[in-house]
Amino acid sequence: MNELQFLTWVRGPGLDIAVGIFLLGVVWRLFEIYTLGRKKDLAAPRHAAGASGLHTVFRRSIPPPGGVKRSPVSYIGGYTFHIGLAIVVFGFAPHILLVKNLTGLSWPGLPSQFVDLAAVITMAAMVVVLVDRINKPVKRFLSTFGDWFAWAVTFLPVLTGWLAVQHLLLPYTTMLALHILSVEILLIVLPFTKLFHAFTLFGSRWYNGKVNGQRGVPV
Amino acid sequence: MHGPLIDTLTRQGVTRRTFLKYCATLASMMALPPGAGRAMAEAMAAARRPSVIWLPFQECTGCTESITRSHSPTLEGMIFDMISLDYQETLMAAAGHQAEEALHAAMKENAGKYLLIVDGSIPLDMDGAYSCIGGRSNLEILKEAAEGAAAIVAMGSCAAFGGIPKANPNPTGAVSVSDIIKDKPIVNIPGCPPIPVVMTGVLAHYLTFGSLPELDDKGRPKAFFGETIHDRCYRRPFYDQGKFAKTFDDEGARMGWCLFELGCKGPVTYNACATVKWNGGTSWPVESGHGCLGCSEPDFWDAGGFYKALSVPADPLEISAAAAVVGAGAGVAVSFANRAKKGAAKSAHETTTLADLEK
Amino acid sequence: MSASLEKGINALKQVIDAPIASYFSSCVHCGLCADACLFYTETGDPKYTPIHKLEPLRRVYEQEYTLLGRLKKVVGLSKPVTDDELDQWQELVYDSCTMCGRCSMVCPVGNDIVYMVRKFREGMAASGHVPDGIKGATKRTVEIGGPMGLKWPAVANVIRKAEEATGFAIPVDKEGADYLVLLSSMEIVNFPEYLEALAKIFNKAGISFTLASDAFEATNAGIQIGNSDIAKVIVSRIVDAAEKLKVKNVLSPECGHAYMAIRWEGPNLIGRPFTFNVVHVLELLDNLRQKGVLKMKGTFKDPLILHDPCQIVRRGGVLNAPEPLIRQVAENYIPIVDKQKWNWCCGGGGGASAIHTDEAEALRAKVFGIKKRQIEEAGVKTVVTFCANCRIVMEEAIDHYEMDTQLLGLTELLAEHLED
Repeated sequence: MNELQFLTWVRGPGLDIAVGIFLLGVVWRLFEIYTLGRKKDLAAPRHAAGASGLHTVFRRSIPPPGGVKRSPVSYIGGYTFHIGLAIVVFGFAPHILLVKNLTGLSWPGLPSQFVDLAAVITMAAMVVVLVDRINKPVKRFLSTFGDWFAWAVTFLPVLTGWLAVQHLLLPYTTMLALHILSVEILLIVLPFTKLFHAFTLFGSRWYNGKVNGQRGVPV
Repeated sequence: MHGPLIDTLTRQGVTRRTFLKYCATLASMMALPPGAGRAMAEAMAAARRPSVIWLPFQECTGCTESITRSHSPTLEGMIFDMISLDYQETLMAAAGHQAEEALHAAMKENAGKYLLIVDGSIPLDMDGAYSCIGGRSNLEILKEAAEGAAAIVAMGSCAAFGGIPKANPNPTGAVSVSDIIKDKPIVNIPGCPPIPVVMTGVLAHYLTFGSLPELDDKGRPKAFFGETIHDRCYRRPFYDQGKFAKTFDDEGARMGWCLFELGCKGPVTYNACATVKWNGGTSWPVESGHGCLGCSEPDFWDAGGFYKALSVPADPLEISAAAAVVGAGAGVAVSFANRAKKGAAKSAHETTTLADLEK
Repeated sequence: MSASLEKGINALKQVIDAPIASYFSSCVHCGLCADACLFYTETGDPKYTPIHKLEPLRRVYEQEYTLLGRLKKVVGLSKPVTDDELDQWQELVYDSCTMCGRCSMVCPVGNDIVYMVRKFREGMAASGHVPDGIKGATKRTVEIGGPMGLKWPAVANVIRKAEEATGFAIPVDKEGADYLVLLSSMEIVNFPEYLEALAKIFNKAGISFTLASDAFEATNAGIQIGNSDIAKVIVSRIVDAAEKLKVKNVLSPECGHAYMAIRWEGPNLIGRPFTFNVVHVLELLDNLRQKGVLKMKGTFKDPLILHDPCQIVRRGGVLNAPEPLIRQVAENYIPIVDKQKWNWCCGGGGGASAIHTDEAEALRAKVFGIKKRQIEEAGVKTVVTFCANCRIVMEEAIDHYEMDTQLLGLTELLAEHLED
């Protein structure tokens, strides 16, 4: 198989399989988690302004008082790479084209040099949080194979995409094919690893906010 | 038409000075060192024109059209006069048995020394019966002709990679020259068709140096196929700025913006169109407002559609809807199992008393 | 004598619900929960990371309720939880977790870790992995009436003394009163001034109240052990008495877990809503303050800080009552940085203060470091709080560090300065 056939495969059957497994996995896991249900709280609620599940979904994105000072890398590094990923994934014109092709939705893209900068900053931030995970006792203690694996499958798409655009390391056709393949791997594993937090964090924050909101405590 | 080239040129009114300038241009296009232009001129001037046999197989004759579609009075035409084109079905006057005789005579006389040019793919199915000339299959003809050839030029994407006959579902079992001939030097000159000067440039190189130019991993001369269209495209700044034409007729199209969204395969296509252009440097597809088809790459017909950008799926997604349904099914099944388990745990619950806190 | 691993796992299977599934699926091992837990910040030992305290629960969830987890268990990639592990985890779930809930406030993906700890304790209790100290308190509560073994005659004695000291009547078993007053044993034994304060205030405000001779104890060790069956037995005494006496409200005293038990867990333990309201004493006092009933005849002059008990403020929702009340009675109240719902735990909640092993006591002393720093940074010699357990725990720690600090109760302070 030559590199153009490889590229055509990852753009064709490869993508079909990856998106298929992704959708299958997401729907399955959402059912698996949320159909466990929750017993109704029979205590008389206390109503407080700003205390609800929905409030917490948004408010929890703000670091707690003193948090950034105690763990700056976790917060700053974490925000940087998440926002950077969003800029690269949703702001780069070829990606928007893909979404348009799949869903019909589209929006204006960002200038390529800006996306390029965002990609570099994202990779730098990811390396920093990786080093921090190795150095900090709590993170090192908690980390399992799943954490390193999740880091790698998230890092590789950014790296390969950037290398492709920059025409570095391997010829463009191969680099682009590897990029698309790395995204397909990410899609396939996402529902079955900690990366699924992308979907469940909304439910988690909502439950937390609801239980505490019932008691009148905005969290 | 025999005898040294320089005589032919003089007869046609081309001055030595013009000829030298042409060779210098050709050499620089192929990124050869400065002295090569002169060497080329000397070699070509004195060359005894080698025999060239051109065999057409499953082809559309586009490559022949292209090589002759050079501007006239043509310098390419002069190169043509440089070689002894002993067999070329479209251009030769002879036909039928006469043509066959000319072919076999040339092969016999120049055994081991002739340059074999092939255009069109070679069908393998039905024992090669899909394409025959004079009652013999292309496969047979190729094998026979290749034996006595010094080198083979696979002209056009069909000969180089299988081309349009090989495209899905490949009803004739078409393959490329290099799929069949393994023991001769082969240079692939892909393109559908190839650019005229690319074809003649390779021949000129062979004539001058007696060898094929440096080739890439697909057997293409690096001089002409070493860079992608994308890297030499004059519209690249628009790609970099994110300015794309969205339809063939919109504002962006009229402003000459990048055609990536309209399916241009420039980034993955190696050819010289962006620099050398076509019709004597008049224009080329992108300049005319149409994206590159990627015609010098293997299997470009099956690369997901000419109007689909590289970043969109090559084929429509087929299993997604079904996959989501299967996922829902799996999820529902698991949720039933979970509820049953929880119910069982609840039933198995024995009210804890103080005594039960001790093991 | 029938606690077993099987019962423990069964209990866990019962309590695992969609929130817990969502929380475990969302955890990205960021470790930020550790930053909020005083057991980690004061010791630097990563094993006290809150989410780590739940590891056996996570495995049970994965192996029982996820398809992949079940497959992993079948092929041996995931080992079932063992009795030994639960034994190891006892220290993490009880000694070094007070269910203060600070971790649940900071988790970026929204995990409510304290919710899970409470549920995990159901499995620990059913499998027999509960610290002796809390077991003892529970036994005494169930068999005798309260965690310290207090019986009604002793309580009646305290009531009589209070009546004498204040000159006000303190009704017992009176039907149709506005408030059924509950007490925590800690208060009865160590801070009887609380009852005197209540008598004064109720009389001033003209509110009818009563105690119940068969339901005077507010605390619920069942909640602390984490066993809902036993907790239900204990809380039912109060519900039955309140319904029998047809009171409108039940007044929860200055005790953190008591409030949590009766106000928030109570209806869920007995399986139906209450027919009466549950009011925390500070809510009542703030209500009276707003009506202008609580007039002070003087103020407390020394500079002081407020310690917000976790179960009342952050976990109980009594957020707004304390500060206005302290400002009413104190001239020199200094608000601290981490206050109200961000307050740091005293280190003794959740049953931890009942664990009297050397290691547990040393740990509690160590984690008091954070409160010590708060007191020192504010430069005060007085700490006011409104939970009897916090008071005891902090008094012990202040003794340990030989600090010159006094602990006062808020209700008591208000009553002392109340206009006659």
